[in-house]
Amino acid sequence: MTNIQFRETLIRLGDDSLILAQRLAEWCGHAPILEEDIALTNIALDLLGRAQNYLKLAGELFDPVKSDDDLAYHRDAGEFRNLLLLEQPNGHFGDTICRQFLFDYFSLLRAEHLSSQTVNEYVAAIAAKAVKEIRYHAYYSSKWIKRLGDGTAESHDKIQGSLDNLWKYTHEMFAVDDFDRASIEAGLLPELSELKQVWAKRVGEVISEATLTIPSNPNMEIGGRQGEHTPHLAVMLEEMQVLPRTYPGTTW
Amino acid sequence: MDPELPFLTIGEMGMLRDIYLKDGHTVIVLTPTYSGCPATDIISKDSLKAARVVDPNAEVEISLRPAWTTDWISEETRLKMTENGISPPIGESHDRAFLTGDGKVVPCPLCKSKNTKMVSAFGSTACKASFTCLDCMEPFEHFKCI
Repeated sequence: MTNIQFRETLIRLGDDSLILAQRLAEWCGHAPILEEDIALTNIALDLLGRAQNYLKLAGELFDPVKSDDDLAYHRDAGEFRNLLLLEQPNGHFGDTICRQFLFDYFSLLRAEHLSSQTVNEYVAAIAAKAVKEIRYHAYYSSKWIKRLGDGTAESHDKIQGSLDNLWKYTHEMFAVDDFDRASIEAGLLPELSELKQVWAKRVGEVISEATLTIPSNPNMEIGGRQGEHTPHLAVMLEEMQVLPRTYPGTTW
Repeated sequence: MDPELPFLTIGEMGMLRDIYLKDGHTVIVLTPTYSGCPATDIISKDSLKAARVVDPNAEVEISLRPAWTTDWISEETRLKMTENGISPPIGESHDRAFLTGDGKVVPCPLCKSKNTKMVSAFGSTACKASFTCLDCMEPFEHFKCI
């Protein structure tokens, strides 16, 4: 694995966390009830901390060195490497929960591997912390999936709709390109195809307990890892980046 | 001290891991509680300020590994939390039930009743969950076991 390949992996890890953190932060002051507002923004905070850690490390591998803020605020949509799933708009509360649930179970498996690999100690340290936090997130999101799926007819139909809409972005979590291949061969990233089986089993158990159905054969969409995003990302970034771009170098 | 829990020192919180001398200056080793805890920055700055009174060349080092755990909070500190109205972490973090509070009795720190209910798995800071006492009806915060 070259430095460039390592850096790319870190950016992918960082962008996944950053973009989902920003999406969740959009709920601040808008969630259905106060407790959920607090929950979603707490999760956002964990993700943001993780994004900072990964992007700082990635930034050190640029010449000249970039800061985590440079990477967060001064890249265009085409330069982001997050999963398409994570940039999808919040929609209603069920859409947000479904997005979170599908990602949490993947993110947990990935972090468990990252925390035990020996290729890079600092990545292992970030991931060890993340594992504890994601377990808690997955507990939260899976409980809501069950509650909404096995709730009223209306909540069932709504969360089934969320699953139907978002399922097409799940394949991308396990898709492997040349960069991923290099990271997997070096032992940094887990073998994603093996991860998929474990993920499918665990996610499937929750979905069936929630009396929901996995949509059959939707057209899977990929491209986030290569910077080919859905139009939602650029709109989101415009708001996220407006301040540092309008007033470069500004501080609190 | 922890700005969110001002009655506790960072030593009692288990965040202050070590203090050692490196090439003639002091190094303070801190471990953040949660990845994105906004207090980490304040705590680093406060620690540096305090240390520089004694050693103008003191530095702060952030150590992520081993990850912070509530197991580092002593029984004495847990008692101090209760006295200040916060329900302390119960048991040790390796027991998965303790993470979520499922099937666990979290006594009310105010009236000591065991008849309590989790309102939300999350709270006003990253390290706490929200509970309500069904006897005295007071809301309270429980320190998550992690």
